[in-house]
Amino acid sequence: MADASVAKPMSSAVGAESIVQIKDLHVGFKVFGGLLKVLNGVNMVVGRGEKIGIVGETGCGKTTTVKSILRILPGEARIFHGEVLFQDKNVYKMHPHELQKLRGQGASMIFQDPTAALNPVFTLGEQISEIISHSGTQPEGKKEAIKILAVKAFREATLPDAERMMETYPFQLSGGMRQRACIAMALATPRDLMIADEPTTNLDVTIQDQVLRLLKNLVDQRGMSLILITHSLGVARETTDRIYIMYAGNMVEVARTAEIFERPLHPYTTGLLSCIPKLTGGGVAEGIPGRIPDYMNPPAGCRFEPRCPKAMERCKKEKPEFVEVGKDHQVACFLYYQVPQNGVQHHG
Amino acid sequence: MGCNTMAKDILVVENLKKYFPTKKKGLYVKAVDGISFTVREGETLGLVGESGSGKSTTAYNVIGMYGVTAGKIYFKGVDISGDAGKRPLSLKKDLQMVFQDPGTSLNPQRTIGQILALPLKVHKIPGEGERLEDRLIQLLETVELPPEYIYKYPRSIGGGERQMVAIARALATNPSFVVLDEPTSALDVSVQAKIINMLIRLQKQFNLSYLFITHDLSLMRNLATRVAIMYLGKIAEIAPAVDFFRSPKHPYTQMLLSSIPVISGAEEEMKPKKVPSRGEIPSPVNVPPGCGFHPRCPMARQICLEVDPIMVETIPDHFVRCHLFAGAAEAREVVGA
Repeated sequence: MADASVAKPMSSAVGAESIVQIKDLHVGFKVFGGLLKVLNGVNMVVGRGEKIGIVGETGCGKTTTVKSILRILPGEARIFHGEVLFQDKNVYKMHPHELQKLRGQGASMIFQDPTAALNPVFTLGEQISEIISHSGTQPEGKKEAIKILAVKAFREATLPDAERMMETYPFQLSGGMRQRACIAMALATPRDLMIADEPTTNLDVTIQDQVLRLLKNLVDQRGMSLILITHSLGVARETTDRIYIMYAGNMVEVARTAEIFERPLHPYTTGLLSCIPKLTGGGVAEGIPGRIPDYMNPPAGCRFEPRCPKAMERCKKEKPEFVEVGKDHQVACFLYYQVPQNGVQHHG
Repeated sequence: MGCNTMAKDILVVENLKKYFPTKKKGLYVKAVDGISFTVREGETLGLVGESGSGKSTTAYNVIGMYGVTAGKIYFKGVDISGDAGKRPLSLKKDLQMVFQDPGTSLNPQRTIGQILALPLKVHKIPGEGERLEDRLIQLLETVELPPEYIYKYPRSIGGGERQMVAIARALATNPSFVVLDEPTSALDVSVQAKIINMLIRLQKQFNLSYLFITHDLSLMRNLATRVAIMYLGKIAEIAPAVDFFRSPKHPYTQMLLSSIPVISGAEEEMKPKKVPSRGEIPSPVNVPPGCGFHPRCPMARQICLEVDPIMVETIPDHFVRCHLFAGAAEAREVVGA
């Protein structure tokens, strides 16, 4: 636990070496009948070579958060406040050619459903070649070089018979193989960041295990950063270095992966952990009462307050910000607002 | 979670087969290929397997959505494996089902009241002098939903609440046996926890027997009385839950257990280490010769490539279908595969 580096209050985990910084991001969606206020001041830092997990339930804004990094939010999305920095450059003030470079060489993304992500009428070879030629790392028109890279990428993603994969259509593959093909495409050319949006949710548990091991190995080999979105704390535990717990458009807790499981602090985190059926038995907890708030009229204070067993008067009016409760451990909850003023250094 | 061996068998499935024809003549999808199991009164049998293992087909055969290709299904001692379309109304009343996705199993054009009233009307349940509406409110109460939900539509309530309505609909006819086909796999864990606790409470309250189809072994650890593992249309292992998780026998079971992402060190220790996941489930049209699992099995020997193993009882009530345990067959009674 001992660390020689000087801890800074806000981003002690990564400091200057961050690859992505999201600062107080507010994103809404214009829909019929009003405005869905989804992201409500998201703060997040991803360090170079770091594997980050974003864990939360359906509809809590995980995908919206990462889509904002690549600037691929849908048309009805509005950014009201905050900024997204990729390698210290504001993504929303980039020139088109800079944005192209971000998407071609900076970050790549794989999606939950590989069947929808792949084009059914083109072969895998055609699709991966297009990605490589648009990445800006290969001179145009060198077909042979592109093919060699493509086959190498398929081979690294442990797809059998990589040459034949070039001529294969997505429907000829199983779900696990399709997701491997997506990983191959995302990693065919060098990138700094990989974003994986629930990459194994549609897969069986034995295949999930294989795909996660593959993803982790490839990211480690290349020294890339990884943002893994998942609703499974177990998946995040086995893959990531640091975990952000997200609820209703807010990051509610962040800590090193081991710390989140040893010393969960936010009532939502502890609730979520108790809900998971354990292999050791002992029954299933009662669950968290209520459901995610209506984004049209979200609670004014802490958005978890209506479901929180420890809610106080203050939670109804004010929104809690992140407070440092230990090394690299921050919680957005009023229950822990007293801790830093005592001047006590907490270590997990 | 003590296993009551005195309890009567409410459902007995013997050598059940369900083949679906393909476009090619003489070629079949062997979705279920000769399985035998029993469900005892008041217990939960967890039927676990990957997609394509035939667990849902088994459920649909039991509930009567498909006719069987071969084999027998007995419910309360009566053979129900005949023409599924000609099952008597009284049997349909006693056997109910909850589907995976409440978004598609509830009619979006009907109010919750209308949805719940349909089975009551079909089975003429509220007798003389009883109001239908009272019964509907009572049904909503059993699943902890407020009475005003009768007037709501499925789209206006949350996913967990929809599944509760689906459960209320299944319970409307006072069944004694409920087939649950992945009732919580489309839901978040916090909602799942609530539904699972409700299912446990309802089981005690109405003495229900469950056939619980799922791919989540951790959930079965906390819910099932006995667990059966299916692979390629066959049962690989079946055992009481406590024994099953303490000493998993079949290499496939061990592979499944070792693949589960867990959240604590204590759980990590329970996972078998020697069988890492590899390969994928083959197509049920071209089932490998011998044991269907041998292409993925790290312990496969020559015999596994040639001969399909038979079910063996290793210790009382713990059955495994694997050549590794064939030695135990000599000492014990052999149960037909």
